[in-house]
Amino acid sequence: MDYLGLDSLGIVAIVSVFMGAVVTIQTAFNTDHPLLPAYAIGFATRQAIILEFSPTVISLILAGKVGSRVASEIGTMRVTEQIDALEVMGVNAASYLILPKVIASVIINPALVIISMFLGISGGYMAAALTDVVPLSNFTYGILFEFSQFDILYALVKTIIFAIIIASVSGYFGFYTRGGALQVGHSSTKAVVFSSIYIILFNLILTQILLA
Amino acid sequence: MIRTENIWKYFEDDKPVLRNVTLHFEQGKTNLIIGRSGSGKTVLMKCLVGLLEADKGRIFYDDRDFSAMGFKARKVIRKEMGMLFQGAALFDSMTVEDNITFPLNMFTRMSRTEKKKRVDFCLDRVNLGAVHGLLPSELSGGMKKRVAIARAISIKPKYLFCDEPNSGLDPPTAILIDKLISEITHDFNITTVVNTHDMNSVMEIGDTVAFIHKGDLWWTGSKDDVLHTCNKQLNEFVYATELMRTIQNQTQEGE
Repeated sequence: MDYLGLDSLGIVAIVSVFMGAVVTIQTAFNTDHPLLPAYAIGFATRQAIILEFSPTVISLILAGKVGSRVASEIGTMRVTEQIDALEVMGVNAASYLILPKVIASVIINPALVIISMFLGISGGYMAAALTDVVPLSNFTYGILFEFSQFDILYALVKTIIFAIIIASVSGYFGFYTRGGALQVGHSSTKAVVFSSIYIILFNLILTQILLA
Repeated sequence: MIRTENIWKYFEDDKPVLRNVTLHFEQGKTNLIIGRSGSGKTVLMKCLVGLLEADKGRIFYDDRDFSAMGFKARKVIRKEMGMLFQGAALFDSMTVEDNITFPLNMFTRMSRTEKKKRVDFCLDRVNLGAVHGLLPSELSGGMKKRVAIARAISIKPKYLFCDEPNSGLDPPTAILIDKLISEITHDFNITTVVNTHDMNSVMEIGDTVAFIHKGDLWWTGSKDDVLHTCNKQLNEFVYATELMRTIQNQTQEGE
């Protein structure tokens, strides 16, 4: 649980705060029009953070950080015969090694994404306060404007699917590592690449299913 | 007793790694499989323990046909197996104590106190003292092998498999590990199969010896027979080192 999520809290926090701040400033510059209300900046920031940036970007970061670690850990166990040792003992090694990681990811990743949403919106608020691109009262109004709980549900469903992808794809590449240290590196790279591709692909599919 | 009947193993269609290997491994004895690197001894051992499936042939554990069993049925026999891997294969995220307790957690319903007693007994048996809390990365090569033996014997196996048990060890530690394997085999009356290409091991602990060359079983006999065989391939293997050639010359001069 620690290395699958809690160790990533720092990077998640940093990315989220800056992501929220940048989204706010960019939205402010791109919607600078007399016909658009100022609160639209807060509204757009909230929607972007909750619907897309927190679940998808944080999952991509976790695919890089956690996915490579899972693949290299299990891959090293394979090349040092630790998985063979498990199999000789009659343990279903794939299930024993990968399933707990999938379960832990499914529990911890949504928690990280919720934290990321909060920090992302806080980052946007800080950017609004520090740069004066939008009055704070308007920004706050936009943040609260037509809030739908379904958006959170949608984000969490995506996050859970992404968590399953990260742990299982990385576990798969680690488990089927053959050779030595060089192949452990290859497995780790493949785990990150394929996890990221599947996340992007499923992002599109889930968005179509849940929002269309 | 373990018996193999006509084992064939292919990795490529036309190149068998094992060809029609039929062998008996006797109970209460240290049964050695010797041969050059790439001869097929590790493949044979992996077939024996079920890490690889033989393409043809059968493997019997005390007349129980292991090769015909499914995953669940094999679990009964796996509970009776202990294995020492070439690199020890200790779980590096676990302490020494947790490594030895692992098979006990998997296969027994021992209480915590019983497990602790068993761990102490196994570590004592391999002459290791207070290493319970250490991680494998904090152990020397010889200590890792001894912990791996302790893990292998923790569930009181009927069959012990050792793949190159003294590779990478200095000669005194290698002899120590060999003697330990031999003592455990005789004390607990288990069927031990050891893969090795080390002639010291053959002379130290080889109750029975099988020589495999390019996937074929070329010769079987005792450690004493090994020195006097007329088998050309085995002779080349046995007398490959200067030390063994000197012993051969001295023996011939004595005669």
